[in-house]
Amino acid sequence: MTTSIKKLPDTEQVLSGNGACGGCPATMALRIVGKALGSNAIMLLTPSCSVASMGMTPKLAYNWPCINITFATAGSSASGITHALEIMKEKGRLQGELPTVFSWVGDGGTYDIGFQALSAAAERNDNMIFFCYNNEAYSNTGVQRSGATPRGSFTTTTPTGKRQPKKNMALLMLEHNIPYVATATVAYPGDLYDKVVKAKNIPGMKYIEILAPCYLGWQFDMPETVQMSRMAVRNGAWLLWEAENGKIDFNNPSSQIISGKKKAEPVNEYVMKQGRFNRLLKGSDAEQRIAEIQGDIDHQIAFMRERAKITI
Amino acid sequence: MKSVTKAYRPISWPMKGAGGDTGSWRTHRPVVDKENCTKCQICWVYCPEAVIDRNESTIDYRYCKGCGVCAKECPTGAISMIKEE
Ligand SMILES: Cc1ncc(C[n+]2csc(CCOP(=O)(O)OP(=O)(O)O)c2C)c(N)n1
Ligand code: SF4
Ligand code: SF4
Ligand code: SF4
Ligand SMILES: [Mg+2]
Repeated sequence: MTTSIKKLPDTEQVLSGNGACGGCPATMALRIVGKALGSNAIMLLTPSCSVASMGMTPKLAYNWPCINITFATAGSSASGITHALEIMKEKGRLQGELPTVFSWVGDGGTYDIGFQALSAAAERNDNMIFFCYNNEAYSNTGVQRSGATPRGSFTTTTPTGKRQPKKNMALLMLEHNIPYVATATVAYPGDLYDKVVKAKNIPGMKYIEILAPCYLGWQFDMPETVQMSRMAVRNGAWLLWEAENGKIDFNNPSSQIISGKKKAEPVNEYVMKQGRFNRLLKGSDAEQRIAEIQGDIDHQIAFMRERAKITI
Repeated sequence: MKSVTKAYRPISWPMKGAGGDTGSWRTHRPVVDKENCTKCQICWVYCPEAVIDRNESTIDYRYCKGCGVCAKECPTGAISMIKEE
């Protein structure tokens, strides 16, 4: 059973009055992550909205030791810290439970710029949790395309809508044979919380990706952050799953879509609600472009259904 | 060479209001109607700003950015967004 809202801990690791936009999905997600990790953790951040949200020196909006790192070291910086901690413990210079080392990185930092060092850290199975909060663009620099931007989406670098589908990053991480991979999103805080608690108690490399609908990049109304996240799950654009030691399990309600108990809702309403897509409707090829978006979703559902059957 | 370590330490400390008094960003103010509130804590869990008291459903207006997520998600419609003066 998923942890209910009322059972979530009081701990607030994200402090009020931070620098994020109102309704920010990254902050929303990080708050729940904080409840699962508690204060005994070390946070690493690559340049992103979550860095801009930290606030102005000498104040800091996150209640952890935070280290700002470069994109290229998204994976390796956490490796260095986690190894150092282990050695300090071995030498008796650190007592008690070791802090959880976690990277908090955007989709640009994960899918594109930081991928090499992340892949290497995963191959070494270094002890950390790597979070990707995925707002499907480089939001902090004014919304450019990333490898996570879905086909059809307008960004400042795809002025006629992106022509390529997004990568399946969580699956790529799974294929590194790491002990734990999960996907989550802000509309399902109990699901996210449970996954982070699980990851915290597994040694080695853990990858958790959180879909973070950003009103500014996706061009919907600010109060609708959670609605958009829920909609993405209901239409199958985002699948909730986790994999312990390589075995994929889908979580509710994605599990019902995968098993065929429930039909995925058509993507149309999701597309209409977001300026990044609904500009397509003005073109003469609108129908075909929307069909492409639906096609990518259908393909991913079908593909993941089959991929999950491989358990060897 | 002059030491810079004392003059400038690029270190910050956890504190509320790191982005300023973010309540001043608000164009609309969420107001909770206690009569209709079932204390379900849904607004509390989704508030990105952590400004809602989970037991009392009261809001810290010093930092509430007025995003309206709480009002949108409240299942009983107990939260209204009122235009700021
Ligand atoms: C090596 C390097 N290239 C480019 C930048 C500029 N930059 C800062 S934040 C950012 C966007 C990051 O996007 P993402 O990781 O998705 O995080 P988001 O802003 O969406 O939260 C970029 C390109 C940089 N800081 N360093
Ligand atoms: S641009 Fe989007 S992700 Fe970035 S701070 Fe604003 S709402 Fe959050
Ligand atoms: S979501 Fe609405 S009913 Fe639930 S605690 Fe908040 S104000 Fe009360
Ligand atoms: S308007 Fe936004 S910041 Fe203010 S209480 Fe509601 S959810 Fe929190
Ligand atoms: Mg991003």
